[in-house]
Amino acid sequence: MSATEIHAEATDITANARKRYSAGVLKYRQMGYWQPEYEPKDTDVLCLFRISPQDGVDPVEAAAAVAGESSTATWTVVWTDRLTACDSYRAKAYKVEPVPGAPGQFFAWIAYDLILFEEGSIANLTASIIGNVFGFKPLKALRLEDIRIPVAYVKTFKGPPTGLIVERERLDKFGRPLLGATTKPKLGLSGRNYGRVIYEGLKGGLDFMKDDENINSQPFMHWRDRFLYVMDAVNKASAATGEVKGCYLNVTAATMEDMYERADFARELGSVVVMIDLVVGYTAIQSMSNWARRNDMVLHLHRAGHGTYTRQKTHGVSFRVIAKWMRLAGVDHIHAGTAVGKLEGDPLTVQGYYNVCRDSYTRTDLPRGIFFDQDWADLKKVMPVASGGIHAGQMHQLLDLFGDDVILQFGGGTIGHPAGIQAGAVANRVALETMVKARNEGRDIVNEGLDILQQAAKSCTPLKQALDVWKDVTFNYASTDTSDFAVTPDVA
Amino acid sequence: MMTNPVGRITQGQFSFLPDLNDAEISAQIQYGLDKGYSWSVEYTDDPHPRNTFWEMFGMPMFDLRDAAGILMEVNNCRKTFPRHYIRLVAFDATRSIESIAMNFIVNRPENEPGFGLLRQESDGRNMRYTVRSYAGDKPEGERY
Repeated sequence: MSATEIHAEATDITANARKRYSAGVLKYRQMGYWQPEYEPKDTDVLCLFRISPQDGVDPVEAAAAVAGESSTATWTVVWTDRLTACDSYRAKAYKVEPVPGAPGQFFAWIAYDLILFEEGSIANLTASIIGNVFGFKPLKALRLEDIRIPVAYVKTFKGPPTGLIVERERLDKFGRPLLGATTKPKLGLSGRNYGRVIYEGLKGGLDFMKDDENINSQPFMHWRDRFLYVMDAVNKASAATGEVKGCYLNVTAATMEDMYERADFARELGSVVVMIDLVVGYTAIQSMSNWARRNDMVLHLHRAGHGTYTRQKTHGVSFRVIAKWMRLAGVDHIHAGTAVGKLEGDPLTVQGYYNVCRDSYTRTDLPRGIFFDQDWADLKKVMPVASGGIHAGQMHQLLDLFGDDVILQFGGGTIGHPAGIQAGAVANRVALETMVKARNEGRDIVNEGLDILQQAAKSCTPLKQALDVWKDVTFNYASTDTSDFAVTPDVA
Repeated sequence: MMTNPVGRITQGQFSFLPDLNDAEISAQIQYGLDKGYSWSVEYTDDPHPRNTFWEMFGMPMFDLRDAAGILMEVNNCRKTFPRHYIRLVAFDATRSIESIAMNFIVNRPENEPGFGLLRQESDGRNMRYTVRSYAGDKPEGERY
């Protein structure tokens, strides 16, 4: 059928109640889920899906099916629809386009009326739009690429408990990225040994140390033991440097009650920050966000588990969508990729994630994977965290890619330093301050970055050692999740 | 003498680098001016990590858009308080920022004794911590 014929048939049935509601099975596009003339409202939630229909399934029908299965539809006609203002409740697929350079894949734009979603609930939002529909048989694969959350819905969320501006004020750290490190080895250190690593890193010049995502309360280190030794190290380092210091104490646990108990203890000991893992789930994240707001605490989110559904381009949920949800749910830090480190992420795509965390208003930006304008309605900003396989020798690239509002986390790149943890911290802090100073002085840090670092290393042995050890370490593998739109060079 | 790697208080953007000379300070001021920030000079002899409110050496210079003029204020402050900590602070009044955008120390006392950590044993193994300045027991103005 031609597009015109599909449209004529869909309109004929949708507009005719007797045909629409006679018992039996209709195509989704005939049930009102395909409305190419629909003008999305400012209050609609808009989603862009990448759909890969099964062979022989028309892309328009597939898009209508996604709209149907993520809102009101079931597989057959039900008369009880007629008891409701059912047209409001139907999601509407309003545009379908082939994905450039990807045969068999289509972008489908779908609009959802605001009445579909409970205020302030990520769980409810996601139960609809990434619910049953992702297992729907007529599709080979389905991916939620981007989402536009209307201001009316944004305002029902409290967002980050602290936000990156207030976090900086509390920490008294401005005008440069923050520095962190994840304690290594991840597993096996006793509380006492663990605290040693924290103390050395913070005294050496880092702002934060971090528990790893799988450090909870295992046989080798009970959580209370970790918290007690860590906070001794944090306070000792604060006195030794005259700076506010912190360690993300991971309070992830089996139940909410356990998490609250751990978080309360962290507060009692004077920690400025607690941490949770994405795997605790959206509802637990929103609960911990409320707890953090009540207790003046920065809330750090490690995105453990996200790679299972964000990485493959044809199926799952893009991380930019997860980042948007987490800003609404209310976390202060989120791991958002490094582009240059050991974990997945091409630079433009990763910048897209950073932008949705930090923008006041995110503009459509196809090369960065941003398909919608998003007004954040003054919602606080999330501090993105770059962590995983980065080192001092990449400082110019990191500063150029991500700017000042980011936490750069050098775990191996601090603790693996040949002269020890303090020396590793010094190398990173000197590299960072040197690069910020050079950038502010107008130097071209992208091209002169290595020279600038080497010059600074002449009077800083730890930096020289770091550059020597890690100079050849790069992770140049093809990204699986890249933009579908090439960057068009500016015509100046 | 503080025992951290640089032997001094490490607040601000550039504490791990050699002290900035006046030309380098001017370059940072100019960067801030180009971004639309307003500069302010603040001083204290109580550099406790949680002492947020240093004394203002005059109002923030909202209307002074000349790096040389701002450096002159820094030098006036240095003359008045040669043994105090002095910092340059840049404010960004953009909606949704409305906070400090840059902050670095431009003057320090020669001798920085730093801070001690007081531990108060509490319930069980709990500990209450206080960061105490070694110079802080003396009255204001006589600490360094």
